[in-house]
Amino acid sequence: MPRQTFILNGKNITVDVHDDVRVLWVLRDLLGVTGPKYGCGINVCKACTSHINGKAFNPCSVRVGDLARDDEVTTIEGLPDTVGKELHPMQQAWLDRDVPQCGYCQPGQIMAAVALVRKVRREGRSVTEGDLDGIRNICRCGTYTRIREAIKQGERNM
Amino acid sequence: MTAHAHDRTHRPTREEDDAAPLSVRRRSFLGYVVGGATLVAAADLGLGDSALAAVPTAPQPAEAYDLNDMLTDSCRPTANLITVTVHDDGTASFALPRMEVGQGITTSTAMLIAEELELPVSKVHVTLAPARPELEFNQLTGGSNTTISTYTPVRVAAAIAKGALLDAAAIQLGDSVENLRARNGVVQAPDGSSVTYAGLATKAASPVTRTVNVQLKDTSEFRVIGVGQNRVDARDAVMGRKEYTTDLQVKGALPTMVCRAPTLNGTPKRLRNRAEILKMPGVRDVARIDTGVAVRADTFGQCIDAIRAMKVDWDDGPVAGLGDADIVADLRAAEVALPTLPDNPLAKTIDTEVLFYFRSNSAMDTNSAIADVRKDHATIWSGLKSPITAQQRIAEALGMTPDQVTVNVVTAGGSFGRRLFFDGALEAAKISQAMGKPVKLMWHRADDARVGRGHPMSTSRIRVTHANGEVLAFQQSHTSVETDFRHGLGEIISAMAADLPGGYGNLGYAETIFSLTQEVPYDFGVVAQTLTETDDRFNTGSMRNIYSPDVRCAGELVVDQLAAAMGQDPYEFRKRFLRNDRVLAVLDKVAQVGGWGRTMPKGTAQGIAIHKEYKGASACLVEIDCRPRTVDRDIPDGVGGPRVTRVTYAIDAGLVVNPRGLEAQMQGGINDGIALALTSSLHLRDGHFLEASWDNYFYTRQWNTPPEVQVILMPSDSGQPGGAGEAGVAATFSAVACAYARATGTVPTYFPINHRDPLQFKPKPVVPPIPQSPVNGLKLTY
Repeated sequence: MPRQTFILNGKNITVDVHDDVRVLWVLRDLLGVTGPKYGCGINVCKACTSHINGKAFNPCSVRVGDLARDDEVTTIEGLPDTVGKELHPMQQAWLDRDVPQCGYCQPGQIMAAVALVRKVRREGRSVTEGDLDGIRNICRCGTYTRIREAIKQGERNM
Repeated sequence: MTAHAHDRTHRPTREEDDAAPLSVRRRSFLGYVVGGATLVAAADLGLGDSALAAVPTAPQPAEAYDLNDMLTDSCRPTANLITVTVHDDGTASFALPRMEVGQGITTSTAMLIAEELELPVSKVHVTLAPARPELEFNQLTGGSNTTISTYTPVRVAAAIAKGALLDAAAIQLGDSVENLRARNGVVQAPDGSSVTYAGLATKAASPVTRTVNVQLKDTSEFRVIGVGQNRVDARDAVMGRKEYTTDLQVKGALPTMVCRAPTLNGTPKRLRNRAEILKMPGVRDVARIDTGVAVRADTFGQCIDAIRAMKVDWDDGPVAGLGDADIVADLRAAEVALPTLPDNPLAKTIDTEVLFYFRSNSAMDTNSAIADVRKDHATIWSGLKSPITAQQRIAEALGMTPDQVTVNVVTAGGSFGRRLFFDGALEAAKISQAMGKPVKLMWHRADDARVGRGHPMSTSRIRVTHANGEVLAFQQSHTSVETDFRHGLGEIISAMAADLPGGYGNLGYAETIFSLTQEVPYDFGVVAQTLTETDDRFNTGSMRNIYSPDVRCAGELVVDQLAAAMGQDPYEFRKRFLRNDRVLAVLDKVAQVGGWGRTMPKGTAQGIAIHKEYKGASACLVEIDCRPRTVDRDIPDGVGGPRVTRVTYAIDAGLVVNPRGLEAQMQGGINDGIALALTSSLHLRDGHFLEASWDNYFYTRQWNTPPEVQVILMPSDSGQPGGAGEAGVAATFSAVACAYARATGTVPTYFPINHRDPLQFKPKPVVPPIPQSPVNGLKLTY
């Protein structure tokens, strides 16, 4: 069985699994990292949104064999450490706005929101209504109104 | 099933159906201090004011006695206890015999306990009780009834605990109970001395169980109830620590999935390549069950690979070869004739028929369950709203007695009615028994959308007659594919049926639910609403708000047509004909706050609608943009369509426990209502539903959600809480439908309005039944 090595939430990790198993299953089923959720397995619902080298990606759609040894995967569990605090400002905004209902999609929503803010900053601008309209993460509880409010707050504090 | 002539000279007086304010009828309740080593206070879950005491003055059954009354009354005969325990660390705990699916009842229950126990909410820990068969009917989460039915008993238990703590403190502090004050987990005496609950918990314990009489706080003394509280589980949720069924680690319970038939509810005959499948990487076990062929593997990814490689012979399901049009034709054939109205040469008639297609209540967290079935015992973990029924049915399927089956209730990622059933738990139990090993079953999204339960297709026909500015009659005949209530609600109904007031006890399950939830709160002369159900071949169930979204949408569209026929403004018309002051108040509120009647550009419009249910009243005012540049927005793999740009929603939910949670439920319900009107449905084609993904089934997304949403919580002097979880849907759906009709000049005859448009997605194959995960994720980072 091939050995897979990558960096997960700041730590080097090695796991024995076939190359073609998607990263989501490696995280959830083999490593017990369950923050990224399964919602479709085909990169549509975005519930598993995590970061690779600081950018948003969906581990349901990446083979573990395609990860390089120095690829840094960050899940919701590792997000606070990226700012050296107990909570990332986006998580704090989510709490302040009391966004979650069932909560299932929210780790993915938060990871997507952080990546969105980083992306627009790279583009030298701030988040627009159009950017918010373009977020694909689905929330079946319909918490969209508070998600939009929280992203604006989180952006201010990032 | 009812027809009543309204006496137009007598309008019911205001708030007749409301309970009187608590302050004028304060009374004491009986409870227990349970014998033990630490303080355990108990109350009978059946405590509460009998709804039967209300005088039935109103014309429709739902006004005098509604579904919430029946669900609450069904809790009364169960002489079984709920307990609040105070621990020696100063915290309190409570195992709620209900299911948290996102509606916020663990938070609101913690608030009820905090209020009476004088403890901060953060020190009250609410967990979900496993199946407790002795509770009989009193462990069903449905009908938005949790707070309505538990409001009194939970507070009684907490008040008794506080009383016992004060008794113990009186001894310790050397003062009398009347002089002591409990606050924030500390009991203080006038001389400044104090003792914490932590120091009192074991001292307050009683060696034997004793009966206690207790009075509850007056509403005017509330400090926690009615004050916005953030969810107690929010921190875990945003840190990725909140655990759902598939996050649980149970030894040996490996990932398990099921290969399903190419037609809805088809059954497996034979797996032709079993040996080949068992040789695939990671695959451990394969077993055939009645619903398909199950595979257990090291990862879910390897389950997906195995299912896609399976060669299975199937027997067709019951709707093989059929499509939407066939079911529509069946429904039309089942429609009963609307009654002929008295001949009145001056009367004008408006006839309307609206068709509602199948819809899905698939949640983010798909049907899932962990099952560990041994020879003489089984343990189940799943998100279950009717765990006692689940326990009974699973025991039957396994050939065990219910006491051999332990059913643990796990928080779920959404329900929307789906988790009233236990399809995943039952299937997992069968698979675990067949394989002889523990399994962690997860439905693939494609299965959850196609095979999971949904809202049945229905038609609603309305005939109204009016003359001289008065409405003489309003007749609504609703015809629907069967709604499945066989999850335990049905048992409540059968048990309660004989006791229902007004002779409604002899109706079937569905008709009873229909009668107890539907009412026309307008003075429309002779009012009749009937339900006909047909066709039990589909996987259906209650979907958030059950019949009301469809029934009310059709009804409110007709109200707009009546207003137009009489040359009246839709708001003014409603105001004139409404006969309930609470509904009038919410209507006025949205009209005022939302700016009813403001000038709107061509192609855009406002719509306004009301709804009365769950012991509350709601009104919704929306603005919609149907201009081509909005409708034709280019949304990759999604539906743009008309955009609801602004929503103003007012809700009177009686006594509000957690305003912040109530607002959240309305915001969610608004998005559900928009989806029902504009974008979300299932297409039946060639014996199966086409939708297999969130990019096929178009629930509201960020590009559909209104940029401007305002929820107004109405002040209420009611001492009785109303329901929250479903109260946002019907008025929104209706208002969006009305706004669309006004913006386009066309009254829709079917919903959602995009159902007959060319499909905006390429249907996924049915063989293999689930799609492979892509591999291009690293190219799509941002």
